[in-house]
Amino acid sequence: MKIGVLDIQGSVEEHLESLKKLAKSGMKIEPVLVKTPETLAQVSGLIIPGGESTTIGKLLRRFGLRDLIIERAKKGMAVWGTCAGAILLAKKIIGKQQADSLELMDIAVERNAYGRQLDSFETQLEFDLGSVGRAYAGPGIPGVFIRAPKIVSVGEGVKILAQHKGEIVAARQKNLLVTNFHPELSESLEVHKYFAEMCSEKI
Amino acid sequence: MEKNTLKLKKGLAQMLKGGVIMDVVNAEQAKIAEEAGAVAVMALERVPSDIRRDGGVARMSDPKMIKEIMKAVSIPVMAKVRIGHFVEAQILESLGVDYIDESEVLTPADEKYHVNKLNYKIPFVCGARNLGEALRRIQEGAAMIRTKGEAGTGNVVEAVRHMRTMVEETAALNKMNKTALKKWAVSERVNVELVEQVQKLGRLPVVNFAAGGIATPADAALMMQLGCDGVFVGSGIFKSSDPARRAKAIVEATLHFDDAAVLAKCSEGLGEAMASLEMSKVEQKYAERGW
Repeated sequence: MKIGVLDIQGSVEEHLESLKKLAKSGMKIEPVLVKTPETLAQVSGLIIPGGESTTIGKLLRRFGLRDLIIERAKKGMAVWGTCAGAILLAKKIIGKQQADSLELMDIAVERNAYGRQLDSFETQLEFDLGSVGRAYAGPGIPGVFIRAPKIVSVGEGVKILAQHKGEIVAARQKNLLVTNFHPELSESLEVHKYFAEMCSEKI
Repeated sequence: MEKNTLKLKKGLAQMLKGGVIMDVVNAEQAKIAEEAGAVAVMALERVPSDIRRDGGVARMSDPKMIKEIMKAVSIPVMAKVRIGHFVEAQILESLGVDYIDESEVLTPADEKYHVNKLNYKIPFVCGARNLGEALRRIQEGAAMIRTKGEAGTGNVVEAVRHMRTMVEETAALNKMNKTALKKWAVSERVNVELVEQVQKLGRLPVVNFAAGGIATPADAALMMQLGCDGVFVGSGIFKSSDPARRAKAIVEATLHFDDAAVLAKCSEGLGEAMASLEMSKVEQKYAERGW
């Protein structure tokens, strides 16, 4: 099963590295970079990495990937957006500038709502991985938040997977997953594993 | 909960990879840059080619202008301080800019010491011509490196030289045994642990962008093919005849740096590039500032 990392800009290598480690640990996945419609057609799941949502959104459109991702996601392809990726998946974006969102998931996201770089932070999160039949029982998952957006509200059918100080930081709606932190910047592979399992589910 | 850790400082630069950071002198230019797809902007009063033309002492920009730019765009905003001018750095930190560039393009304020970047909450990017210089800056706390190149010339030759030097020196390091490695570390005034880390990773432990002289989409793609993580474009955009168009083209070229057909397409009909200089005509080499 091929899992793709959208290779436009941002933490692409970091996600690829995490997926490679998962593959090495015995999970039957093949990590690939996705930059063209041809490679997109081959993957069972797609990670939209952290980066600048405005940049990634504009280039998705300019290079003809936007509509193809929307079409595949609507047919059930698993998509995980981290940070900028979460903004791109949201149906509603609050903030001074509208990104070129894919408008797929029933969440409202506010850009840079945690503040500027001075307000970036690291913490430990409890992550509810129960929905793929595997209760997570560890000390917590590292949460690296960099100029993070806030998930201000979620619609019906969206499951909240993690919260920090009462704010939603991870959520899932069927084949769509968002985290506004960066699991790819930590050593923990738990969220990548969760997503890989999502990719093999039939939805 | 922890803030301002090295992971967070390096992390922001990681989010900028594969992107273009553009020099802008006002809010209007910052918006053009953001619209073109820049991942960040560098706020400064004069672009390097104007600093070169005007001469005199170049300093940190007016905080008012920096604040206006921070307000105008949602992408990260960087700003420059003079080498060793730790008070300019304190001022930028109080403004809450996202990254500080301790830059040789401004006139150095200290001939002996760079800013002790470990003392700051804000991450720093610094220029380097070779591996040793890059590692000295990282040791002082830099969370991102860029080649110095030769800013304000529109001539990419120095950026190429600096990037090639870093790549060659990193490759040479990989072949060294422990004794040779230690000797190299001592001669370069760098901690041996940091050098060992480079040997293990096969690259710098922080993001490394190209800067200094990039004027065309092909220049940006050249630097990416040489192994940079992204590019800074200074005078190259807003000193060209059609900034919005060129900015967009350079962003696309940086993304598709290995696809000549796309590069050909985005190089088409861009109008005049910035006025440029041959190295032999450059009176003041900014790259020689810092050590």
